[in-house]
Order: sequence, then structure tokens, then C-alpha cells
Amino acid sequence: MIEVRNISKSFGDEQILKDISLIFEQGKTNLIIGQSGSGKTVLLKSVVGIHKIDKGEIILGNEVYSAMNHKEKQKIRKEIGMVFQGGALFDSYSVYENVIFPLRMFSTMTKKEMTERVDFCLDRVNLHHINNSYPSEISGGMQKRVAIARAIVLNPKYLFFDEPNSGLDPKTAIVIDNLIKELTIDFNTVTVINTHDMNSVVEIGDNIAFIYHGEKWWTGNNNEILTSDNKELNDFVFATKLMRSIKK
Amino acid sequence: MEFFYHIGKYLLFLKKVFKRPQKRKIFFQNVFFEIEKLGINSITIVFIVSVFMGAVITLQTAYNIEVSFVPLYLVGLGTRDSMFLEFSSTIVALILAGKVGANIASEIGTMKIREQIEALDMMGVNSESYLVLPKIIAAVFSYPLLTLFSMFVGIFGGYLAVYFTDAIPVDDFVYGLHYYFIPFYISYSLIKMVIFAFITATIPAYQAYFIKGGALEVGNASTKAVVYSSILILFFNVIITQILLS
Repeated sequence: MIEVRNISKSFGDEQILKDISLIFEQGKTNLIIGQSGSGKTVLLKSVVGIHKIDKGEIILGNEVYSAMNHKEKQKIRKEIGMVFQGGALFDSYSVYENVIFPLRMFSTMTKKEMTERVDFCLDRVNLHHINNSYPSEISGGMQKRVAIARAIVLNPKYLFFDEPNSGLDPKTAIVIDNLIKELTIDFNTVTVINTHDMNSVVEIGDNIAFIYHGEKWWTGNNNEILTSDNKELNDFVFATKLMRSIKK
Repeated sequence: MEFFYHIGKYLLFLKKVFKRPQKRKIFFQNVFFEIEKLGINSITIVFIVSVFMGAVITLQTAYNIEVSFVPLYLVGLGTRDSMFLEFSSTIVALILAGKVGANIASEIGTMKIREQIEALDMMGVNSESYLVLPKIIAAVFSYPLLTLFSMFVGIFGGYLAVYFTDAIPVDDFVYGLHYYFIPFYISYSLIKMVIFAFITATIPAYQAYFIKGGALEVGNASTKAVVYSSILILFFNVIITQILLS
């Protein structure tokens, strides 16, 4: 479990996160939703430790992650897998080299064991025969899946996804959503997903937190979100014609 | 004030860069990769620049000696000392600041804007050390070798110039090359190049590591990297010359 207690974050004079408290459960897909600029990416990056919070606490398992020094955080980060918005694959490395990278840096496995683990992870995200391809040679959906394979290669306890479906067509987005859901259940991870894709919300939203102007505005699940009477949430969720027709 | 802010930030950046590499085997692999990229891939440009510089210095010196009592072997001596003292270190370093500096800045800058550096940090990798230290080691190791190569090629360029133009007799040129040779000039040039190599590797890395934005900022970082590296090379050239030759 990850617990976020009363965290605040400012950049200069602008306060981005205002006293947010949340719980992300294990074995469930926890979604952070909100409009662009609402602060959800800052929230996600604060939870993983990329941004230093001004106030509050972040608790990973039983440890206060936000109070740890750089060295202690580096140790914990090996238990965290993160998929960035653009995939953040290393351009000069092949798919195989990208996925094996965390193992080469942090594991004591033999080369054979590492290769087997890489093959397992690529197989798990349904990628075959592209080990020698470079990120620029594969599609956006494939890049996302390679990034997911890299994120799970060290068997993490915590998985974070920043806009996993951005730039993908709806069909590929559903494949990624289902993959995230399956991985969460199979590896029993605490999975936190930052998204504004309403398909993802409906498909895999076990726990949903709606962030509005840097504040936690609403929490619930994918059934409750469709029947909520929260005005700001409804304005966001039913902004498109498609979602309004679903509501009717 | 901003100047001192950047000095402090640069020193803190270097402190992180010089942390012990997390995996020695990967570190050495990266160093060899960078030696190829920064050093071996620069041999052609150093060769072209040096051979023409040597030829031009020789011809200019030869054609400017109009007084009959000035011995012709001074053309060879002038070419040798110009190459050894200045051209093979400072000019080559300025050329490399453009070629290698822009390369380092654009590589690290692109990694930064594409969140690849954040991805490294997230994995628990010390990104500063992982990305920049191999470049520094590679530059400090390979640039002095490029300087020695440039000295040799520059003199060869001068030799070719007198051989094909008859500006002065070849024998006089060769005699001048041997005349009053001071071995310390080579050490002086190599010491300068080690410091220039450090500047050329760290300034572009620093410029690129902290950028925010997109392609435009990467371009700006590359430009700044080349300009600041060149200015620092010229500045330290004066300082080191004063210290070592005074």
C-alpha cells in the first residue's frame, strides 16, 4: 500500500498540490484523473520522489519514503517501476538492451538468467522478435509495451504509469489498459496510473482520485464515477458527446 | 549574482558526477564507447585541420621572411614551435569544443527533455555519474593523444608544403625542425589539453543537464555549450601559459 498524507507542493509562488491525502491499494489499479494542468503529473512525480514535497508524508509499505535520504531512496527505487508518458526508452539502445538495463545495473544474475528474464518480460507484454530493433523502429504502442517490460523486469512492488495511453489509438489503448490490469493482479503490485483517458477510467478504474486545481476533489471507483453528482467531476467526465450519450 | 549561482551549481553537479560508479563493468564499457565517440571519431577532423594548419604556417612564415640574413631553417623551427605550443592544443581544443561539445549537449539535452534522465534516476541510477563521468575520462585520456597526433600531422603538412612549393629548401625546413628543440613544450601542450578536455566534456554536460522545454532549448544549450567552452579554453590558455612558461 502507498499512503499519501497531506502533501503540498509549490513551484515558486504557484501552489500546485494543496494538502492531498490518498491511499493507493495493493493489487488494484489506482487512477489519478484530472484536466491538463490540474497537478496530477506533479502528484505522481512527487509520490515517486522525482519532485521533493514541501509538506506532508509519503509512505511506501511501512516506510516513510519522503523522509529518506538520497541513498535510502535509491535503494527503494529498485522496487519501483515507472512508465513515462513518452516511454523514455534509451534511443541508442535496442529493445533488448533497454529491458536488460536495470538487471545489468542492479542484479547479480548471470547473463543467461538475465536474457531469460528479458524474454519473459517481453513475452508478458506480447512482444516477440523485436529484441534487436531500436525504439525509433517500432510503433508508439510497442514502445509503451517495451517501457512496461523494462518497468517490470526487476519485479517491482510499485508500478507507476504517467499517461500510458497518450498518443495511442483507442484499440491499442485498450490493449495497454488490459495489460496494466493483468500485471497488477499477476504481480500483486500497487499500481498508480495518471490519466485523462475516460476509456481507462471505465475499463480499469478500481480506485479513482479526481484532482481539481491541485486539490483532491473526489474519490471513488469506475461505477461510482458515472453516477456521481459532483459538478466539477461531471464536467470533466462527461465533457465529450460520447460520454454524455453513455450517461443518457 | 547569476554567475556565482552557476559556479555553485556546476560544482555541485561535478560532485555528483565524481561519485563512485555503481557497476564497474558497465562504467568501463561506457568509457571505451566514449573514447571511440569522442576520440577516435575525431581523428579525421584533427588530421584535416592539422595538416592544413601546418602547411599554412610554413608558407606564411616562408613568404614573410624577406630579409636575407634571417636563416631559412627558422621556417621549420617556427612551424614546429607554433604547432607544439599553440595550434595542436588550443586550436584543436576549440575545434573539438565545437564538434564534441555540441554532440554532448545535444545528446544529454535530448535525454533530458525525453524524460530518459528521470527514468535513470527513477531506477536508482546516479544519472550524473552514469552519463557524464565516462565522457570526462574518455576526453581526458584521448584528447592528449589527439594533440600528439596533431603535432605530427601538422609538421608533416609543413613538410608537404615546402616539398611541393619550393618556398624554402626541404633540408632547411628539416634542419629547423631539429634546431633548439625544447621537450617541455610537449608536456606544456599536453597539460593544457588535459584541462581543455575537462572543460569540453563538463561544460556542455552541465548546460544540457538542467534544460527544461523542447528542441529549441536543446539547440540553445548546444550553442551555449560551444560558446562557453571556447571562452573558458581561451581564458585557461592564458592562465596555464603564465603558470607554466613564466
